[in-house]
Amino acid sequence: MSAPATIQELTSRQYKYGFVTEIEADAVPRGLNEETVRLISAKKNEPAFMLEWRLRAFRHWLTMKEPRWQNVRYPPIDYQDIVYYSAPKPKGAGPKSLDEVDPELRQTFDKLGIPLIEQQRLAGVAVDAVFDSVSVATTFKEKLAKAGVIFCSFSEAVQKHPELVQKYLGSVVPYSDNFFATLNSAVFSDGSFCYIPKGVRCPMELSTYFRINAENTGQFERTLIIAEEGSYVSYLEGCTAPMRDKNQLHAAVVELVTLDDAQIKYSTVQNWYPGDAEGRGGIYNFVTKRGACRGKRSKISWTQVETGSAITWKYPSVILQGDDSVGEFHSVALTNNRQQADTGTKMIHIGKNTRSTILSKGISAGHGQNTYRGLVRIQKSAAGSRNHTQCDSLLLGSRCGAHTMPYIEVKNTSSTVEHEASTSKIGEDQLFYCMQRGISAEDAVSMSVNGFCRVVFKELPMEFAVEAQKLLSVSLEGSIA
Amino acid sequence: MTGPMLRIRNLRARVADKEILRGIDLEVGAGEVHAIMGPNGSGKSTLAQVLAGRDTYSVTGGEVLYQGQDLLALPPEERAVAGVFMAFQYPVEIPGVGNLYFLRTALNAIRKRRGEEELDAMDFLAFAREKMKLVAMDESFTGRSVNEGFSGGEKKRNEIFQMAVLDPRLAILDETDSGLDIDALRIVANGVNSLRSPDRAMIVITHYQRLLEYVVPDRVHVMDNGRIVRSGDRQLALELEEKGYALVQEQPAAPVRGEAR
Repeated sequence: MSAPATIQELTSRQYKYGFVTEIEADAVPRGLNEETVRLISAKKNEPAFMLEWRLRAFRHWLTMKEPRWQNVRYPPIDYQDIVYYSAPKPKGAGPKSLDEVDPELRQTFDKLGIPLIEQQRLAGVAVDAVFDSVSVATTFKEKLAKAGVIFCSFSEAVQKHPELVQKYLGSVVPYSDNFFATLNSAVFSDGSFCYIPKGVRCPMELSTYFRINAENTGQFERTLIIAEEGSYVSYLEGCTAPMRDKNQLHAAVVELVTLDDAQIKYSTVQNWYPGDAEGRGGIYNFVTKRGACRGKRSKISWTQVETGSAITWKYPSVILQGDDSVGEFHSVALTNNRQQADTGTKMIHIGKNTRSTILSKGISAGHGQNTYRGLVRIQKSAAGSRNHTQCDSLLLGSRCGAHTMPYIEVKNTSSTVEHEASTSKIGEDQLFYCMQRGISAEDAVSMSVNGFCRVVFKELPMEFAVEAQKLLSVSLEGSIA
Repeated sequence: MTGPMLRIRNLRARVADKEILRGIDLEVGAGEVHAIMGPNGSGKSTLAQVLAGRDTYSVTGGEVLYQGQDLLALPPEERAVAGVFMAFQYPVEIPGVGNLYFLRTALNAIRKRRGEEELDAMDFLAFAREKMKLVAMDESFTGRSVNEGFSGGEKKRNEIFQMAVLDPRLAILDETDSGLDIDALRIVANGVNSLRSPDRAMIVITHYQRLLEYVVPDRVHVMDNGRIVRSGDRQLALELEEKGYALVQEQPAAPVRGEAR
């Protein structure tokens, strides 16, 4: 088999999470107005401060225009044609414990490799499973509670810990932040909430698994993680969706806060349905993720492996407020077929001696378009700060594209910023070398790509590093030219 | 198996419109080491690449029988499974892929296709360490990515190390001596010599006679303009060194009169 032909074959992708769960849903009518916002808030039985916040967001949203500066192309979104809330109908009073979760839902998550039974494959990981607009189960809650860690759905946090929610919600990503974050603030339905008390090292990995199931539904979830002084948590999110011909909007917001000496490690393995080879269907993944290193010597690190979505548009960022705080961004973004990604990070240095590292690996195959866009801003107050940025692009074939757009602003003279960038191609030479040693072309490509991404994968929690590698290989199946 | 391990008959190959191999005939028996020499552009490396299955070249005629089977019908990885190995003139770098991981993947791919048991990481490491000694590779090689940041000499040693691990029946060494200083050349040559065996054939492609002082060939062939123009024993290599390739090169053909019409 000739190498180019193999590359072609390797990039025709198969998406194995594309099934649909038949389940009765409790949905609000299509469309968006103030009533929709009130209805969502009422369904969740929210306290007054939440409704007010949502309404402020909604009213602000009406004054905003959808941004067009990003390097992605898509037809206009009809915001009145989206269902903003859809939840699987509870059978009876709703599950009191994991055993009572609707078997249909449990099967869905089993099929996705996310068992909702404790002590199984992911025995060291607590999972919050979000299905369309709501969280259906959270595992290991009791074990975590013993350590003082709060890990629950956002809805539950609003009911049980309103003072924490009120204090931190919107404190990193204000409701007026940007078009999609503002929309999310108005209509978000659920998500995960984590609170790690002072001095506690969270005894297990926390994770949220997002599943979009319903048709014509947008998913708007919100995650809030607070790490008090001297605490540590590692958090991971994963996502999949059925194969549908129509595009679906996913506009999430994630807010992280670290106080003195605290650390949050946030990892994402994003595998939303990418659409088919001709670019029909797939998820629009328009997400705002931001962390605030409020405390001295605190640290936030983002690691993302983005293989899914028709369009990925997100910039997980860190605001380095505390002196000596550290921000990291490690990213693998793969675009295949007609996928587009415009992703990167923002590192905003405010405190003294703050440090940030950006490591971005973009892989383009098929007709995929991959843009790294990043901002490093070192403010006047951030004396003695440092940034190191490395952006590498790998092209598989000749019809795809890689773009790098770094923005650098340095407002003092005691800081250093370094930027390195490279673009390479998996060449026939590399493939032939592997094949001459007995390795099939398919394995050779997957090996080269994994090698290219290895520095990022090693930042992922162990269980997920393996998953990410497999995911990358699957995503490249049939995709190289 | 009867007959030689490798039998090449009237092999022709081209790249784009240019014919590079213009009728190669060669037989190499098990246990033999054949040197192929010749000036730049004579087709030596093309021959190696065609035997290894590089699809940049299209074979336009002739046949290659390897252990009695049609070698040209096999894709490159199947040739490797069948025991064909080429040491590259320019070994490729594969960033982020560990040198030993790569080699274990290769060995296990081959073993699996042969229906043999795969080696686990521990067994492989012990096995590989033994082979590393053949080319005086130290532990630091194990942690590095395939050929990344290797010096020229290290890359060539790595090729011979890979050959030792994969244990081929037919090894083609494409200018393994190029770019080596005398110490590295000795190390590589010692490695090659230690891999000579009655059931392995080797084709050593080289521009210079130098390597053949260490790896003494059974036969020497000289290529020019896509053909083997002379064959002999190792004396031929010495003679070439003394007199240069002009000894074997065809005189440029005299223009045919009246051609312009």
